[in-house]
Amino acid sequence: MKYLSTTACVLAVLATGAWADPDDDELVINGDIEIVTQTAAPAHLEGVMDTIYSGWRFRSDETQSVQADDFDNPGMLGVEVGIDLWNAVEGTEGESCASCHGSPEEMAGVSATYPKWNEEAGEVRTLTMQVNDCRENRMGAEPYAYDKGDAVNMTALLTSVSRGMPMDVAIDGPAQSTWEAGKELYYTRFGQLELSCANCHEDNYGSMIRADHLSQGQINGFPTYRLKNTKLNGVQSRFKGCIRDTRAATFNPGSPELIALELYVASRGNGLSVEGPSVRN
Amino acid sequence: MADGVKPRVRVPKEASAGEAIQIKTLISHPMESGQRKDDDGNTIPRSIINRFTVEFEGENVIDVMLEPAISTNPYFEFEATVPTSGTFVFTWYDDDGDVYTEEKAITVA
Repeated sequence: MKYLSTTACVLAVLATGAWADPDDDELVINGDIEIVTQTAAPAHLEGVMDTIYSGWRFRSDETQSVQADDFDNPGMLGVEVGIDLWNAVEGTEGESCASCHGSPEEMAGVSATYPKWNEEAGEVRTLTMQVNDCRENRMGAEPYAYDKGDAVNMTALLTSVSRGMPMDVAIDGPAQSTWEAGKELYYTRFGQLELSCANCHEDNYGSMIRADHLSQGQINGFPTYRLKNTKLNGVQSRFKGCIRDTRAATFNPGSPELIALELYVASRGNGLSVEGPSVRN
Repeated sequence: MADGVKPRVRVPKEASAGEAIQIKTLISHPMESGQRKDDDGNTIPRSIINRFTVEFEGENVIDVMLEPAISTNPYFEFEATVPTSGTFVFTWYDDDGDVYTEEKAITVA
């Protein structure tokens, strides 16, 4: 009998090893900002998944703890640079971000709604595109290179003041056709490995992909400080990396395809808290 | 001076005598190892923080030698006991000869 129960224990351990679901940890940043890392899936995911999880829940305790305190979070270095950029007067109009918008805290909640339909421009815009529109048309300054250093530092600043607020991107109305295009991409198999986003992040989240623990691919934590490259990473650069890993020719950050994909993937995380700048491996 | 170097320190403002307090420090620094090559195949010269020291009222608290394998933005967290009110002096030494310092006072009630 004793032998049998030992066998049962071993089997139980093996089972958790093979299917390592998200853990049960809770994230509170600076002992103050409560982050929703698990919630009911938005309505459009009915029949696909019931519960959505932040990628934070799939990381090791050591990596998780780095994000719980702004002093420890290296992504906050980018936010500090972002504050300097926010206050810097650039361009021909003699304006800074601050001269129109005031303090960065005034932008609380903004990043949670992006990507977002812009009525005047007649297009779906990401946060980076909106920042660059301000730079070009209001400041008379050079736009930031998409997802490069300063662009990511600026978006990190804007997400940092929205942390704890729920992701809430609109997918109906004029944004719907872009959203549909993004959904199409999400389920399209790319590359020599013939993998779609869904093959990993919908069908197999919780499993290991080599040494890495597959998350649902939620983007509520972007920009993300990755320990592997010790810098803040923009979401579209991450998409590019993922598609490259399927051994496909990829789309570039800022391309219409990735803008549509960003809208769709963001909408899959509606209800999770904004976490950026997050820390991942 | 390497670009974007900025020291940060967190020390509690107050403590009781003999209490072990937690100190956190981080300096933003690229910590270029000297073993990487640029796009043209030229070696990127080593540029790291090679030493980090902390003193409390002239007494050494820690003295660390850093090596090229330590990653970007070196972070140190340690505990120290404070006998009296005083000032912590944090010093980082850069390969290029620059020295960065930061001071934090603490009151012992």
